[in-house]
Amino acid sequence: MPRQNPAFYALLAALIVMALGPIVLMLGNSLKMNVDITSPTSSLLFMPTLRNYETALCDFLWYEPEHIRRCDKTFGRALVNSLTISIISTGITLILGCMAAYALVRFRFMGRGVTSLGTLMVRMVPPAVLLVPVFGIWTFQFGIDGTIGGIILIYVAMNLPFVIWILQSFIVQVPIQLEEAARMDGAGPFRTFFLVVLPLIKPGLAAAAIFTFRVAWNEFLLANALADRATRTVPVTIVNSLTEYDIDWGLIMATGTLLAIPPILFTLVASRQIITGMTAGAVKG
Amino acid sequence: MLANANRLTPYLFLLPAVAVMVVALLYPIGYMIWASFLDWNPSQRIGEADFVGLRNYFNLLGDAAFHESLWVTVKFAVLVVGIEMVLGVGLALLLDRELRGMTLLRTVFILPMMIAPIVVGLIWRYMYHPTVGTFNRILDSLGLPTAPWLSDGDWAFASVVIADIWQWTPFIFILSLAALQSLPKSAMEAARIDGATGWQLIWHIKIPLMMPVLIVTCLLRLIDAFKVLEVVLVLTNGGPGLSTEILALRISRTASEFRELGYAAAMSNVLLILLLILTLAMFLYTKITEARAARVRAAIEEG
Repeated sequence: MPRQNPAFYALLAALIVMALGPIVLMLGNSLKMNVDITSPTSSLLFMPTLRNYETALCDFLWYEPEHIRRCDKTFGRALVNSLTISIISTGITLILGCMAAYALVRFRFMGRGVTSLGTLMVRMVPPAVLLVPVFGIWTFQFGIDGTIGGIILIYVAMNLPFVIWILQSFIVQVPIQLEEAARMDGAGPFRTFFLVVLPLIKPGLAAAAIFTFRVAWNEFLLANALADRATRTVPVTIVNSLTEYDIDWGLIMATGTLLAIPPILFTLVASRQIITGMTAGAVKG
Repeated sequence: MLANANRLTPYLFLLPAVAVMVVALLYPIGYMIWASFLDWNPSQRIGEADFVGLRNYFNLLGDAAFHESLWVTVKFAVLVVGIEMVLGVGLALLLDRELRGMTLLRTVFILPMMIAPIVVGLIWRYMYHPTVGTFNRILDSLGLPTAPWLSDGDWAFASVVIADIWQWTPFIFILSLAALQSLPKSAMEAARIDGATGWQLIWHIKIPLMMPVLIVTCLLRLIDAFKVLEVVLVLTNGGPGLSTEILALRISRTASEFRELGYAAAMSNVLLILLLILTLAMFLYTKITEARAARVRAAIEEG
């Protein structure tokens, strides 16, 4: 490795600090008492406490923390809802998405061009545009407003175009001879797909799963319109607790940190796949 | 292509995904186009709403608040994407060399994009807080006057722009770096042997060769910038006044606070058309570059 000017390392370090700083700040504040957050003398030295997390997660604790008078179960319920919705919608999206992507890559058929172009076009539809019609249809026609299934349906639909399109670029790279060999051995198209093709596109599936989970886990607008008290997700509860005048910063930073943990874990474990997915996105248009 | 597959097989593979997208995407979009011609409030079924023809669209033409939010949206999108492109591409050109810690930087740089926009808004709202916020504390401890980060119109707009730049510059950096590292080494070598300086190399070789990726990246970011909602919602909720009320936020407020679903649908259509134009531009651009590359390849093979 050639020697580089130390200025480059200084720049590199500065960028890392700038990117991480705000996130570390949130983590730090989530471990502080509100007195410490608001006191005028700040603030690198403080006694870390798990109180905010105990308050947020009180219904999962096996002991009763002294500082909680009445356990507010809103956040715990939202966390369970968020996990259920994100995991189920990711699973469904992946299964439907990879089947569709396979059809578009490996078969020539009537309507292939239209489907392909249509998928590309609906990718750009933002949640704000879907807000009015989805609220109307889900409430008055399907009668699934306020249900977990209703939220899962719209998340699957929103994520499918992206997943189909990103998996296409991975399926193209699977050598077709493998599939032909499977066919020769008497495997039908579905067996070929599930037993030969799927195992070979695992990296693509991982990238697609992370992107899908992230959208479902982070989404606010549609969840806010569709969910009722029992089916609220974490982003909705966070925004709800923000609109009050007296913001409980410590608690809200703790809930924010809990919401940020899964995406952060994914990033640390699979940054390579995420970058591949992102780059494939821009380069292949 | 696979031979001897049943004619129906591709349709069986496609059916579930297409069914979901038709029911939960295409149908709602058609429904919204229809709703934009209605005078409709959330307590009515759509069948009970009055048909008012193009009235919602005519009202949009004369609605100063809508014009303001359209202008804020365009200003926001152009400004953030412009700044992010310059910063992201600049950093990529600067750091495209063998450095220890680049992998760490790339991993850390993805974080702001991966965590929830709600959380990004939350963090920045804390940092912009007038008394306990990080920025005003630093200004204060340096003996400088504090800034009205979110409470003054122009400051609030700048604050929202800064938060978006923090979140999305890494996207452009990572994509430009990938583009730079896949450039043909031969072109660079040839230019260097001919005595090109660093700047000449960047302006006449690297940037032109990166152009296709840069244009697509820029369009992708523009599309995303038009969709931004949550960060602004948490930071300012559109205020003070209408200074940061982007179109997506205006739509959601028209629907939920003013309870005018038909009018909100008409606004959604305007946003959708804007995004459609950008998407089509991107699609056409990639088709043209592909065709050009194919022609060049054919010419080389003939010659």
